[in-house]
Amino acid sequence: MKLTDLNIVQAHQGLIKKEFSALELTKAFLNKIKEKNKENFAYLTVVKNSALSQAKKVDDLILEGKELPLLAGIPLAVKDVILAEGVKCTAGSKILENYIAPYDATVIKKLKGKGAVILGKTNLDEFAMGSSTENSAFGPTRNPHDLTRVPGGSSGGSAAAVAANECIYALGSDTGGSIRLPASFCGTVGLKPTYGAVSRYGLIAFGSSLDQIGPMTKTIEDCKIVFEAIKGRDDMDSTSVEIPKIKNRKLPAQGWSASGGKIKNLRIGIPKEYFTKGIDPEVEKVIKEAIKKYQDLGAKIEEVSLPHTEYALPAYYIINPSEASANLARYDGIKYGYSVAGGQQPATGNLLDVYLQSRGEGFGEEVRRRIMLGTYSLSAGYYQAYYLRAQKVRTLVKNDFEKVFKKVDCLLTPTSPFLPFKIGERIEDPLSMYLVDVYTVSVNLVGLPALSLPCGQVHHLPVGLQIIGRPFEEDKILAIGQVFEKI
Amino acid sequence: MVSKKDYNLSSTSSRLRRAPVEHIAKLARLSLSKKELGKLQKDLSSILDYIEKLKKVDIKKAKVYSHQWLGENIMRDDQESKKLKMENKKLLELAPKIKDGYLKVKSIIKPATGGRR
Repeated sequence: MKLTDLNIVQAHQGLIKKEFSALELTKAFLNKIKEKNKENFAYLTVVKNSALSQAKKVDDLILEGKELPLLAGIPLAVKDVILAEGVKCTAGSKILENYIAPYDATVIKKLKGKGAVILGKTNLDEFAMGSSTENSAFGPTRNPHDLTRVPGGSSGGSAAAVAANECIYALGSDTGGSIRLPASFCGTVGLKPTYGAVSRYGLIAFGSSLDQIGPMTKTIEDCKIVFEAIKGRDDMDSTSVEIPKIKNRKLPAQGWSASGGKIKNLRIGIPKEYFTKGIDPEVEKVIKEAIKKYQDLGAKIEEVSLPHTEYALPAYYIINPSEASANLARYDGIKYGYSVAGGQQPATGNLLDVYLQSRGEGFGEEVRRRIMLGTYSLSAGYYQAYYLRAQKVRTLVKNDFEKVFKKVDCLLTPTSPFLPFKIGERIEDPLSMYLVDVYTVSVNLVGLPALSLPCGQVHHLPVGLQIIGRPFEEDKILAIGQVFEKI
Repeated sequence: MVSKKDYNLSSTSSRLRRAPVEHIAKLARLSLSKKELGKLQKDLSSILDYIEKLKKVDIKKAKVYSHQWLGENIMRDDQESKKLKMENKKLLELAPKIKDGYLKVKSIIKPATGGRR
């Protein structure tokens, strides 16, 4: 087995058994990136020197015979919307092309504290706005399974890097499906944690009532390890919480169990609204086979209804751009980022001209579209008809989920209605791109945890199964996913 | 479930006229070319047509959304937290124009003729 084929658990074992050094491991990945990045463009920035010096430190620890944390010496990739001190953080945008992160995001601080080796920063749709990674100002990432197809988005670079063995695991962010969709398209595992489970300090803000950081990995075991390492309350993010001990919460060991190839007392809901027109029949077939496997093992399968499903996407496309337009007001050409005031020949005119021109020139097409849509939804006279209405529909979507979660332990759905599509196929029509998120946005609107795991292939292209859980039941959906992984 | 058939892809709906698009661009502080404004007018109109769907939902009894597990405000002590000199320096270095440790910006109001500059 090549070093770059290893997962976290295997690489950790190799390090403590001294089968290879952390330096050798990191070098193997740097070489892999050198070879693969030309064709898939997963990485925007590679930080070779700091990766090598971090690996060296871990080797010293091993030599001293110190106990080695699971993530020590394990190379990872970071979506370029999460700050790592001293490293460029572009958000895939021209407006932040030369921005050097002045501090570490909390998740990066936590991983560095465990001795993690950061290899570099991965490509994404500009400001995480997109479902294909084609909206990056620096060019699209390509799907390692078929280079003519998209890797999904917006964390497409992170997913492609994991799939092409250019890192052992990666961090992504998920606002409407941006971890799960690329995980599905690239055949990796991706977890969108419960809203509040992971600190977002140092994540470039997009839709603040929706955004979450999460792991993208090769196995569910790895996903658990990374989630455990990054979760928890943080003083720097007032929306972050300690995972509460919910009363009567049925932990895997108490409520249901899976052992010896049998599942006991597990109730799985299949939302019928996710299996109507619009889904690729070949994708549907693979998902149904996966559901059948759970049934064969002894899980109780129940059809359930989430009646407001078809309204989740239009509500999302009001709430998301509204929040984005407010969050992106900070890019004004004054404090940091691209500015017409900073060039050799300073722009003439007044302060307003600096705002107008810096933003008009610095932002790409999709970002401008969302800022415009959000500004419109929030403007006087339209606020009630759009934003307020969407926030009420959001409550109805939440009520749907609360109701079904009284009956079932989790929901199984496809992650995407389609297979990975061709580069260029949807980019000209923004609405057709928005429809790609149809199975993932509800989870963000309600703040639930959801996992995407590979469950089969159609024409050699991966298909992802989505497992949606109750708030803060990450451990449960991961355990349920592991049952499938082990079949 | 939504599909391509649910909206007209070649929609030439003119829900949004040009003037409001220009107004919104100004509110959003975006300087856009005529061509870009035209494209946005078309794109936003078709997205808004799709969003019209929400009018079919009965929201009379629905409350505005809030995350159920974030029921209380999280406060910190009202204490000044001073940035270290080094941190300050790093942040200022990111700005396009600085002077004496401050951000320097263009004039907001034009000085009156003959007035002090």
